[in-house]
Amino acid sequence: MTLRLLPIGPGLTERLDALAADLASALRISCKVETVPLDMEVAYSIDRGQYYSTQILGAVPDGTLAVSPYDLYVPILTFVFGEAQLRGSRAIVSTWRLREEFYGLAPDESKLRERLLKESLHELGHNFGLRHCDDWRCVMASSHNVETLDLKLPAYCPRCRTVVAPFLL
Amino acid sequence: MPKGTVLIVDDDPVVRDSLGKWFESEDYDVGTSSDARSALDELARRHYDIALLDIKMPGTDGIELQARLKDVDPELPVVIMTGYASVETAVKALKNGAYDYITKPFDPDELVHLIDKAIAHRAAQREVARLRESLHQIFPGATLIGQSPAMKRVMELVETVAPTDATVLITGESGTGKEVVARSIHQLSPRRLHPMVVIHCGALAETLLESELFGHEKGSFTGAQARKKGKFEVADGGTAFLDEISDISLKTQSDLLRVLQEKEIVRVGGTQSIKVDFRCVAATNKKLERLVEEGLFRPDLYYRLNVFAIEIPPLRARREDIPLLATHFLDKFAVNMNRPPQKMAQRAMEMLMDYNWPGNVRELENAVERALLINREPELPPEAFPFQLNPTAPSSGRRLEDIERIHIERILTETGWNLSRAARVLDIDRTTLYNKIKRYSLRESAPNKVTPA
Repeated sequence: MTLRLLPIGPGLTERLDALAADLASALRISCKVETVPLDMEVAYSIDRGQYYSTQILGAVPDGTLAVSPYDLYVPILTFVFGEAQLRGSRAIVSTWRLREEFYGLAPDESKLRERLLKESLHELGHNFGLRHCDDWRCVMASSHNVETLDLKLPAYCPRCRTVVAPFLL
Repeated sequence: MPKGTVLIVDDDPVVRDSLGKWFESEDYDVGTSSDARSALDELARRHYDIALLDIKMPGTDGIELQARLKDVDPELPVVIMTGYASVETAVKALKNGAYDYITKPFDPDELVHLIDKAIAHRAAQREVARLRESLHQIFPGATLIGQSPAMKRVMELVETVAPTDATVLITGESGTGKEVVARSIHQLSPRRLHPMVVIHCGALAETLLESELFGHEKGSFTGAQARKKGKFEVADGGTAFLDEISDISLKTQSDLLRVLQEKEIVRVGGTQSIKVDFRCVAATNKKLERLVEEGLFRPDLYYRLNVFAIEIPPLRARREDIPLLATHFLDKFAVNMNRPPQKMAQRAMEMLMDYNWPGNVRELENAVERALLINREPELPPEAFPFQLNPTAPSSGRRLEDIERIHIERILTETGWNLSRAARVLDIDRTTLYNKIKRYSLRESAPNKVTPA
């Protein structure tokens, strides 16, 4: 299986290279960073100053994990870290709220890298058909803030791994 | 297993879809409705743990729908979703019984906490209801026993008055079962899931009774080391049973009258009125009318208490109930004492029916307990009862003290001088028994041969 990583926004090349390496190591799959021109502006909400993640998902090719430096939303929530099609093949994550600077703290590159890997594994897990997991250490545990995101491990629990495994052959 | 079931009611399909998907990803079962009518249908169709209603919808709005949903499921926690936060809408929603309100768009963290809290609240409510029900099954309350016309009349009166909130005055000789009747009234009333508080007015000195009834503030008198709730406050929502009501002083009578009229109390040493909601059931073995005539009982309080009167007949006036009662007590004590079921010998039963029972049902209950305690035969013989003397006959000039001494001595012998057991049979406390043993110079080693009475 080859996973396509798609940067949606500027300044992500190095970050995506690192993510490709981290995902390849975590899932034992090959990852390819691609650049497909995508018009994100249709998904931009002037009122909210955020991008509508569901709309972006509709525009990305199948078999893709899109990564955005911008803040994402769905209409009913103030923000989302990411979104994925359940049992589909498209997912998106945002680095906006994964950065320490968003919380008024000094930048921390290693923390951001780990958070991005966890959030990517989480959204891909939804693509594999997983719902949220009760095990707080599992990467599929529900997290709506960086504190709980940091508590999780960058891996699926044994139960979730059995669901994911067939997709990784 | 899903965490719970959520009903989303919003006319905006984007909200329904987006919120529905989000809840599904959070492992909730979701149902959606676009208007009030389909929401009511949906709620009638299946069980929901929580409903989220948009405040602004064409036709019936969220606040109005909330009231209608509550008609279908009164315990359903309803969260109102508003487009903009305003104190006015929040107050309106909460005043109408909403569990909470939340402003769109939702902070996911806040939403998760709110939903989890509401579902836990609902689960706790159900658990409380279940426990109350089990408690009610375990302690179904006192049962009125009797098939005599007099007792049937009492039962009819109890059934008539119980569902109302009327004050009841129960009269009857000592030991006739006034508290049992009060408990039956409470158990058959809508207040049965709340406490029934018993206040023995005769057992306490005036100042103590006041503090017991109305509570006291810290430091209101010597010994009042902490604030204490009064019995009326404890009885909130339930029934206050005032036993031996005739024994209260004129001062306390006037305070009690005020409580019954205003349904408010002021704690001893306090200044603030506290609202209380209780049903009053009072009992006395005296003729209150006579006390009113003698100026010992306030007439206004008498009229307030005597809204509905129930007079319990003495046991001697309903002798046909004696076998039923005796068998009931026999079964009850056999279970309590972990003994096999016992039968009453025919002659013993005849003797019980002949006896005059000055102490009424309580005396019968004690007599059966005592007989069961000392009897080792499969049937209870007449000899197991202490009153073979036939007390309906005159006691041939014997002094009361002599009868008491003989009776105590006899019980002590039968219980092997076990003071606790003897005190229980005699229905007196250990200290009283000890004082009587001293007074009559009773000794275990003494020739304690039972004098046939």
